[in-house]
Amino acid sequence: MAAVTEAPPLAPQPAEKPPRKRGRLVPYWLLLPGILWLIVFFALPMIYQASTSVQTGSLEQGFKVTWHFQTYWDALADYWPQFLRSVLYAGAATILCLVLGYPLAYLIAFRAGRWRNLIMILVIAPFFTSFLIRTLAWKTILADGGPVVGALNSLHVLDVTNWLGFTSGDRVLATPLAVVCGLTYNFLPFMILPLYTSLERIDGRLHEAAGDLYAAPFTTFRKVTFPLSMPGVVSGTLLTFIPASGDYVNADLLGSTDTRMVGNVIQTQFLRILDYPTAAALSFILMAAILIMVTLYIRKSGTEDLV
Amino acid sequence: MEQYEPERLTPAQVAAMRRSFRNGRASLSRRSLLRASAGGALAVGGLGALSACGIPAAGKTQGGVSAEDHSAKEKTINFSNWTEYMDVDDSEKHHPTLDAFTKRTGIKVKYTEDINDNVEFFGKIKPQLAAGQDTGRDIIVVTDWLAARLIRFGWVQKLDASNLPHAYTNLSQQFRDTDWDPGRAYSYPWQGISTVIAYNKKALDGVEVKSVSDLLDNPKLKGRVGFLSEMRDSIGMTLLDMGKDPAKFTDDDFDAAIARLQKAVDKGQIRRFTGNDYTSDLTKGDLAACVAWAGDVVQLKADSPDVDFIIPDSGYLTSTDNMLIPNKARHKTNAERLMDYYYEPEPAAELAAYINYVCPVDGVKPYLAKIDKDAANNPLIIPDKAMAAKSHAFRSLTQKEETAYEEKFAKLTGA
Repeated sequence: MAAVTEAPPLAPQPAEKPPRKRGRLVPYWLLLPGILWLIVFFALPMIYQASTSVQTGSLEQGFKVTWHFQTYWDALADYWPQFLRSVLYAGAATILCLVLGYPLAYLIAFRAGRWRNLIMILVIAPFFTSFLIRTLAWKTILADGGPVVGALNSLHVLDVTNWLGFTSGDRVLATPLAVVCGLTYNFLPFMILPLYTSLERIDGRLHEAAGDLYAAPFTTFRKVTFPLSMPGVVSGTLLTFIPASGDYVNADLLGSTDTRMVGNVIQTQFLRILDYPTAAALSFILMAAILIMVTLYIRKSGTEDLV
Repeated sequence: MEQYEPERLTPAQVAAMRRSFRNGRASLSRRSLLRASAGGALAVGGLGALSACGIPAAGKTQGGVSAEDHSAKEKTINFSNWTEYMDVDDSEKHHPTLDAFTKRTGIKVKYTEDINDNVEFFGKIKPQLAAGQDTGRDIIVVTDWLAARLIRFGWVQKLDASNLPHAYTNLSQQFRDTDWDPGRAYSYPWQGISTVIAYNKKALDGVEVKSVSDLLDNPKLKGRVGFLSEMRDSIGMTLLDMGKDPAKFTDDDFDAAIARLQKAVDKGQIRRFTGNDYTSDLTKGDLAACVAWAGDVVQLKADSPDVDFIIPDSGYLTSTDNMLIPNKARHKTNAERLMDYYYEPEPAAELAAYINYVCPVDGVKPYLAKIDKDAANNPLIIPDKAMAAKSHAFRSLTQKEETAYEEKFAKLTGA
C-alpha cells in the first residue's frame, strides 16, 4: 500500500493546450435534462407550495400572499399529536423492517445459493399489484373472526398488546398495531433491497479471514459483516422511514380515529376543508422535520457512502 | 468498494480511482448529500421570496360561461360518472341504455368512470374551471353539496328547459325542491341516495338495532359500529336521532351532534369512519352495524344474506347525485338531450333495475316491474308514500359554515 500513497502527484502540465470551449460545456449540457426535470417537478412546486403556505383567504374570495407565518404555528399547535404519531409509527415500522429484513437479506446474499433469484423475485413480486390492494388484503388477514386474530387471542398475545395500548379489545384491525403492521409490510422491500446490495458486495474472504483469526461467528458478524453493511442499513432505513412517515393509506384503511397520521391531516385539509395554506404549511413542517431527523441520523451513523 | 483493487492496475491508476471514489464529483457521500440538501433548502428559501401571486377568487368566473356549442357538428358527448353507476350487458363492455340513445340520436357517448370521490374529483376539475377552461367533460355527476358549490361558484351552465321536456314533467316530487338549485335550473338528479342503518345479522348475534342511539350507546356493540366519513351523512343521521331536522338546524344543533358522536368515539364505540369500504367490513362481520348507503345494501344483500338494513323511526337522509354541465363544455345541447333521455320511464327503469339506487323518475314502476318485480316493489328503489314521508334532506351550507363544520367533523374523525 505504501506504493499507492507515494504515487507521483499528477502535476498540472502547463504545456498542454487549454481544452476547447465546447468540450468544457459538455457536462453541463448533459446535466440539462436532469436540471430541467428538477426545476419543473421539484423547485417550481416547492416555490408554489411555499407561497401557498403564507397566503390567507378562502376558495371563494381567493387566496392572497399576506406572509401569514402564523399558519405554521397554528398547524403545529393543532396537529402535533399527529406529527408525533407519524414519527413513532414510521420509526416502529422502520425498526421492524430492519429486524425482519436483515436476516432475509443476509440469507439471500450468503446462503441462498441457487435459490437467490427466486427469493429476490418473491421479495419484489408484491410490487406487481397495487399498493391499495396489498393494504386491503391485510383487512382480510387480520379480520376480527379470522384465524390470525383467533390464534393471537388464544395465546393471550392481544391481552399484552391491549395492556400496552397497541390494540383495543380482542381485535387487531382499527388499532395502532394494524397500522404499523401495514406500514412494515408495505415498505419491507425498500429495506431488503439496499441491505442485500451492500451485503452481497462483502468479500467472502473477509469472513474466512475472521474465522482464521479465531472470531466466533457472532463476533464475525458484529465486527466484520455488520459494519460493512452499514451503507445498506442507512439507505434502507431512510427509504423506509421517509415514505412511511408521510403515508396516509395504511392509517386510513387499517386504522381508526386515534391512529390518524399527518398524511391524513394534510389530505383532509387540502381536499375536504379546502384550507390550502394549512395543508401547505403542514407539508413543509413534515419535510423540515424529516430533513432534520435524517441529517442527524446520517451524522450519527457515521457512514461515508450512502449505497 | 475500496477493498477491491486488482493488481494489474498501476499504483497511479489505483490512486486516481480512489480519488474519484472519495472526492470525485460522482461520489455520493454523506457530506455531499448534506451539502446538496442544505443548498437546495437555501435556494428554495431565496426563491420563495418571489412569492407567486396567490390563487384567484373562485367566484370570478361568472355564472355559467358557455362556449360555442358544437353539438350540431360534433355528434358526441363526454360523460363522466361514478364507477358502477350505469347498466352493463353480460359482456360488461356495452351499456345498453347508452347504446339505445346513440342508435336513436346518432350521438356517440364517450362514457368515462373517472369519479370515485367528490372531494378528489373537485380537486381534479378545479384548476380548469377556476381558470375558465374547458374540462373536456359535457356531463358530470356529483353529490348535492358539491353541485351546490359548483353552482355557487358559477362553474356550471344554466340548462335550457326547452331541451328537457321529459325531465321537467317526470322528476319526482321528492327531488323537485332543493334550496341550492331552486327550480332545477342547473342540475337534474342522476340517482337518489338514501342513508340508512345497515347491519350484519350474524355479527349482531341477537342485539337489536333500531336507531342511531342504539349504535352510539349499546355497549354490546363496542368497537363494531361504523359511521360514514361524509360529514353530512353522519351528522344528518345523528341530528335526526336527536329530534332535529337536518333541513333546518342551527350551529348549536351541529355542535350537539358532534358532541354526541365524540362521546361515542372516546368510549371506543365507533370503530371507524369509512368511505365506501364499509361494505367489506360489514359482510365480513367486522362491523356489526353502521350508517350506510341503501344502494350498496341492496347490492350487498344479493351476495350475503346476513346483511340487511333498517330505517330508523326518526327518519333517514336523502341526497342525490346530480348531472351538471360544466362551463365551456363543447356539447351542451347533446348533453341536455342525454339528461332528458334518462327521464323517459323506459330507459330510467332499465337503469334502476341495474344499479338499485333511488330512481328520481316518476312513472317508472310498470316498466321496472316488467324487468324485475322485486325491484319495482322495493321502497329503496321506488319510494312509497310511507318511505317518502320519512325522507329528509341536509340543508345547503354557506362557504363559512361548510369550512367550520368540515373542520369540526375532521377533528372528530381524528383530523
